[in-house]
Amino acid sequence: MSALVDEQKLESPPEGDYKLPRIKPHMTSEIVPWLRTPKTIWCPGCSNGTITRALIDAILGLELDPEKVVIVAGIGCSGRIASYLEYSTVHAAHGRALAVATGVKVADPSLDVIVAMGDGDCSAIGGNHFIHAARRNIDLTALIFNNSIYGMTGGQMSPTTHTGDKSTTSIRGNVEAAFDLSELAHAAGATYVARGTAWAYRQLVDVIAGGIAHNGFASVEAMAACPVYYGRFNLTADPAEFLKGQKEHAVPASKFEEGESRLRDQYPVGLLHHSERAEFVASLARVREQAQEAHHG
Amino acid sequence: MPASPILMQGNEAVAEGAIAAGARFFAGYPITPSTEIAETLARRMPEVGGSFMQMEDEIASIAAVCGASLAGLKALTATSGPGFSLMQEMIGFAEMAQVPCVIVDVMRGGPSTGLPTEPSQGDVMQARWGTHGEHSVIALVPSSVYECYTLTIEAFNLAEQYRTPVIVLSDALLGHMREAVTLPEPGSLRIAERGTPDCAPEEYDTVMSDLDNILPRPPLGSPFRVHVTGLVYNRRSGAPETGDPEVASDLGRYLREKIYHHRDAIARVEEYEMKDAEVAIFAYGSVARSAKAVVKWARARGVPVGLVRPITLWPFPTLAVDRMAERVRTVIVPEMNIKQMSWEVQAAVAGRAKVVDFGRVDGKLITPPQIEELVKPEFYYHDWEKP
Repeated sequence: MSALVDEQKLESPPEGDYKLPRIKPHMTSEIVPWLRTPKTIWCPGCSNGTITRALIDAILGLELDPEKVVIVAGIGCSGRIASYLEYSTVHAAHGRALAVATGVKVADPSLDVIVAMGDGDCSAIGGNHFIHAARRNIDLTALIFNNSIYGMTGGQMSPTTHTGDKSTTSIRGNVEAAFDLSELAHAAGATYVARGTAWAYRQLVDVIAGGIAHNGFASVEAMAACPVYYGRFNLTADPAEFLKGQKEHAVPASKFEEGESRLRDQYPVGLLHHSERAEFVASLARVREQAQEAHHG
Repeated sequence: MPASPILMQGNEAVAEGAIAAGARFFAGYPITPSTEIAETLARRMPEVGGSFMQMEDEIASIAAVCGASLAGLKALTATSGPGFSLMQEMIGFAEMAQVPCVIVDVMRGGPSTGLPTEPSQGDVMQARWGTHGEHSVIALVPSSVYECYTLTIEAFNLAEQYRTPVIVLSDALLGHMREAVTLPEPGSLRIAERGTPDCAPEEYDTVMSDLDNILPRPPLGSPFRVHVTGLVYNRRSGAPETGDPEVASDLGRYLREKIYHHRDAIARVEEYEMKDAEVAIFAYGSVARSAKAVVKWARARGVPVGLVRPITLWPFPTLAVDRMAERVRTVIVPEMNIKQMSWEVQAAVAGRAKVVDFGRVDGKLITPPQIEELVKPEFYYHDWEKP
């Protein structure tokens, strides 16, 4: 009993001790075998293809056993990744990917479970599952495709749409405030929090790999360009211009300074938070051992 | 030496039945009157090497159950009305994606928060039609603590056999009632195990279940690299395919027929004193206990009353209802809701007998005198006046 409590109190290692993995990107010929289909439903200029490739790159770079990789995805543009990837895959229900993945991981802790979600999927309909998975510190990697809008349904505002931004359901400008998903994950107890962009590909691969390698709940926010819906209503419908905007907005976490225009004009990227704390599945295993000892012993 | 009877609560019996069935994952959220199932399994699951999880809500509970089942474990959740409503979304996912799992609904008065501590049978139609879209379902209704145990095991067997979610409809009365039960000897009950496909991973996409041979799905994280989806999918490849009406029709009809084709094999009905009955009481769950008492009293007075007790509520036991309709002049349907199953009985009886319904939604059990009052002399002939 006391052993569990003590481990919950483990202090984070000193800042700077932890280094992100450095993954050498793979050739396209090495990436393609991990795709089930050459076709996607994603719009021209969408970042989802880039993020999908970055995920495969991270899995290859970490040399994971592909048979033990499980992708659980929600519903939305990003959710389609489940049917495109050549691993064990689950295309779950809208918002429920993390809850399904929790059952998968507890049932078979030997699996590397990666949970792909959109921003609305993760933080609106699935927001409760997100904070509780982070609180439990279960060894899952949440890969959030954040394009600040509901794309699949045609461009409605989401919890990450900035105040004032336009969408088909905020035609006069959004009056709500946006979530900072990474800060939300951190506040809820995630022990690995990172953000990357479709613009900075190698960094994106590294933060995804870091999340998968981390033993605990990892939140990896991938800032995605959605020129067709978000861009057309707000910034630019030109995919290249959209990505250039990411280059301007993304500031390395070490150089980031808090300001009023956080998120909209500037956001920190790279590793944002890293700590160690008792991992949920391991804690369950200890409870099981104690119970079996008392029951049979 | 025969096992000695033990005093057990319905909810405890469900929990022990789940363990005996081989369930090794439970996820749930506290809700009256089902909580003892979670409490019992919180203690028991770790002892048998399984996992207990208290989730953030009932949506997460059934989602985690689906995940655990897909990863290879037998899994269950337990809840009551409000939680059962929340679970409908993922029950639909389990139907569509063919995920074997067990959902125990310990029914209480509703709608909404309703009567949290009182029994009801108000969820019998929700069990059938609660999730959206065309689908089929298996639902079992225990009427004793012993059956809470055996039917939970049977629910797992059916879930594995037909690769489908199975619902156990208990109620607040059964869940909290304690009875002396002599549990079956371990090993004496059939336990269906999940198999693995009898083919190489690369051949998996070429084999397809048919109604008489429902193939098991390999677990996630195996060389088979399965894809599981709630979208309409091609039954052969498992790949989503929403643009072809034929694929959608094939899947939709398969998911329904998977259960309906086997409904006579699945259906379990207790027929009591029905051989020469002129009046049948169609009653299920805890109400069937009162109904059985009425049959005994009536028979003692020479009144030809029998009991038809569906143990499988869904698929609807049409064969037994047919037999009943051919035999009796009147069917009495007492239930702790208003006409939910009596409509179904009326449709199946199709005018061959008079159907009398009696509903109670005040959270109180239907008593034997209330049912007895419904057995009017004009419904039957006494022995001495038979034509």
